[in-house]
Amino acid sequence: MKTVFELSSPGRMGVSLPELDVPAAPDLPAGLSRGSEGKTGLPEATEGQVLRHYVNLSTMNHHVDKGMYPLGSCTMKYNPKLHENLARIRGLSGIHPLVPPALAAGSLELMYRLGEFLCEITGFEGVSLQPAAGAQGEFCGLMLIKSYHESRGEPNRNEILMPDSAHGTNPATATLADCIVVGVESNEFGLVDPDDLRRKVGPNTAAFMLTNPNTLGLFESRIEELTSIVHEAGGLNYMDGANMNALLGIAKPGEMGFDVCHLNLHKTFSTPHGGGGPGSGPVACIEELAAFLPDPAVILEDDGGYKLCRKQNSFGRLLAFHANTGVLYKAYAYIRTLGAAGLREVSEIALINANYLKAKLGDYFDNPFDNGPCMHEFVLSGDRQAEQGVKTLDIAKRLLDYGFHAPTVYFPLIVHEALMIEPTETESLEDLDSFIEAMISIAEEAEEKPYLVTDAPVNTPVLRLDEVKAVKDLCIVEPVRSVGQAPGEGENL
Amino acid sequence: MSRFVPNGPAQREKMLRAIGAAKFEDLLEPVPEKFRLKEKLQLPEPLSEFELTCEFEEFARKNTGADLVCFMGAGAYDHFIPAAADHILLRSEFYTAYTPYQAEVSQGTLQAIFEYQTMIARLTGMDMANASMYDGASAAAEACLMAMRITRKQKILVAGSLNPGWLEVIRTYLKRDDFEISEIPYLDDGTLDLAIASELIKDGAAAAILVQYPNYFGLIEDLQPVADLIHEHKGLFIVAADPVALPLLRSPGDAGADIVAGEGQSMGIPMSYGGPYIGFMAARMKLARKMPGRIIGRTTDRAGQTGYVLTLQTREQHIRRNKATSNICSNQALMALANVIYLSLMGEKGFREISSQCYHKSHYLEKKLLEIPGVSRIFGNTPFFREFAISFPVSSIELRDRMIEHGFLAGIPVVELGEGAMLVTVTEKRTRDEIDRYIGAAAQVCRGGSA
Ligand SMILES: Cc1ncc(COP(=O)(O)O)c(C=O)c1O
Repeated sequence: MKTVFELSSPGRMGVSLPELDVPAAPDLPAGLSRGSEGKTGLPEATEGQVLRHYVNLSTMNHHVDKGMYPLGSCTMKYNPKLHENLARIRGLSGIHPLVPPALAAGSLELMYRLGEFLCEITGFEGVSLQPAAGAQGEFCGLMLIKSYHESRGEPNRNEILMPDSAHGTNPATATLADCIVVGVESNEFGLVDPDDLRRKVGPNTAAFMLTNPNTLGLFESRIEELTSIVHEAGGLNYMDGANMNALLGIAKPGEMGFDVCHLNLHKTFSTPHGGGGPGSGPVACIEELAAFLPDPAVILEDDGGYKLCRKQNSFGRLLAFHANTGVLYKAYAYIRTLGAAGLREVSEIALINANYLKAKLGDYFDNPFDNGPCMHEFVLSGDRQAEQGVKTLDIAKRLLDYGFHAPTVYFPLIVHEALMIEPTETESLEDLDSFIEAMISIAEEAEEKPYLVTDAPVNTPVLRLDEVKAVKDLCIVEPVRSVGQAPGEGENL
Repeated sequence: MSRFVPNGPAQREKMLRAIGAAKFEDLLEPVPEKFRLKEKLQLPEPLSEFELTCEFEEFARKNTGADLVCFMGAGAYDHFIPAAADHILLRSEFYTAYTPYQAEVSQGTLQAIFEYQTMIARLTGMDMANASMYDGASAAAEACLMAMRITRKQKILVAGSLNPGWLEVIRTYLKRDDFEISEIPYLDDGTLDLAIASELIKDGAAAAILVQYPNYFGLIEDLQPVADLIHEHKGLFIVAADPVALPLLRSPGDAGADIVAGEGQSMGIPMSYGGPYIGFMAARMKLARKMPGRIIGRTTDRAGQTGYVLTLQTREQHIRRNKATSNICSNQALMALANVIYLSLMGEKGFREISSQCYHKSHYLEKKLLEIPGVSRIFGNTPFFREFAISFPVSSIELRDRMIEHGFLAGIPVVELGEGAMLVTVTEKRTRDEIDRYIGAAAQVCRGGSA
């Protein structure tokens, strides 16, 4: 499709603005000014043209409201429509973050209560709603842990232990927090090997970072043993709570020996992903860590008012303002809509849906870690199909032809040709059955007509895209062209 | 059964049978008995759609600050948002999609973000931009880390006129024993003290100088001498730019910036009590491979048609893990879409008009306030944009509180600059009538409140 820049014609405009109603001030000094001819290169198009352009673009997207999105680890559940309206109520969306707290009492009350809900759900005492996404929550958690060790005179503790199945943000966050990653091996059941953990902990252990259920969708059954090993060595336990959709009202991280965890509101608590964000990654923790939480924290005062204050030993600030507040509004709405029984139902059905898919697909795809029930997701291997020359990437692309989004592929790294499938609780049995049919028919195609799979996708707005070329012939901005110039003749600004 | 969960008792039973489980609890076998919750979570009883709407309206009513006329800024601004923008943001196709990992069914998101990258690059005068960072402050912090990676130096010089909240975020991201942050003070006119900067930079240890443009006090700095200074000492020049000022100002790229980071809230995103906003980051092309965050690239499909994909992914955490350029994964993609729609609607002329009205209206207010006895400038004649620091003859905290009674959010007290110092912002949304009433109310408070 043409780019928005190609719609441009001098003089068009997509807005009407009031006339300047005050006397003009003297111009900026020439040296500081872009100059009256200094163009910004923005397009000139009418409102209708702009709308049509982006509406047409939008039709090329797959999305949850259109069809199933079984992207493992991402919890692509339905996003309630009401929440979009609520977050847009003017009193909530139109308020400046630096107004005196008494003038933002509604937002603060909501934030305070959301914090309490999240503590109850996770079994912790302290909470910060500030982190903008899971990865920033991880950074926040590790900063709490580092502050804790420093406050106890152990600044040397800088090793973060994590299994080889960890999400990429875990090791990347450890680096950002100036820590060293120490890998812990998984055993033949896909669970952390306690003996290896025992070998790896020591006087430099800052924390053990674990996703539970882990990235294979398996609950770490020996969790008590694992967290005790770390505690005995003087370290703390961090839970990556990206998979909390499996545990709502079922179990609490705070009771399993974890000291801190983050939650992804944009997964478990139904706030939309927006094509890659905004998210929100609140962090909940034990009392001993709460003193270090980021600035500001929402406090309930004796007179019933709310205020924002800096905790005495706060490690600092992660964002310019309080949080991705608009996302918090939606997560609050979700918890208020469901209540305790509704949240438990979410996890129960998430587990049933995942186990149902696992059971139905077991005959057609390899499942290297099938030793009993999975939690909210599971990981298949495309090894069997790979032998026929059909890779997991091909299976993913073929699913697009059948109208489904693909599972997460090639993650976790400990499974060959991994296909990580998370249906979520908002898929109906009928839709799950259609997905199963599609997967089975792709498995059959892989045997009988592999080219159908390796040529996929064919029913999508574009065919398979060349990622190697995208890197080699890097084109990441639209070149500026003057009228009459042929494509490619232009130069970058 | 909630309205979000379609599988009720009938389906449940059928599915459990297919799984080979007698009851749901069988699926919890891997969860040790002692960790299985015996009691329900202690949460309030569920609300219906209607009841929840009422509760939210009550929250909104308690946010009385939203009804006041806003002259506050300091990183979040009350700008006009065209109605058409939200119609695009509310399209399920955009907001209920995930990160565009499967490019063939994500061309909408991918092309829109490619266009966003282009607009940010053009506005800042840079070669390329990423998509996106969490907010302006974290983008500035990531820009510092990027400069340190590129130069292999471990010191950052930060203008003392940087937004203090942003400085705090930078300090958090750079909190390591081997990293050093030094502040370059500003002169009486609010611009950077270049003499001290030259001293601080002499040892050649600085990875970068970071300057805000316009700075925290709304003042417009001449970037060129700073660029020359840091380049002479083999460091990079980071500019934290306000995009709304850029249609009027010499672009950071033209003035020698190597990395430009900033906050995109002003371009079509509501203030929403602090977020979600969006951090942007732009750079010279030769630095593209060191950038954090997502980058979209153009390519072709098997039939030679143009299409878009996530590119330069080997920088990112899912591939490079502990050696990645950043840990960022989910970002603020939908806010990038808000920016690109806003900028498309505004276009060349509209965005320049917005910028120019902010400039003229803030100057009008400043000029009129100076007519009130006892009100004075803090930074002399230094040019400013949209926001200015001014000194009142009463305590600025008192003024702020009294102005609330008159219906105004008068500004942000900056007591570091003096007891009466206030940072005041005027966007294009403020009408002459509102500005004149502000002046009247401020004059009244100043007259009566000198005690
Ligand atoms: C297991 C796990 N951890 C961490 C993250 C990072 O979360 P975010 O993308 O919100 O930064 C993700 C999400 O992709 C995840 O699946």
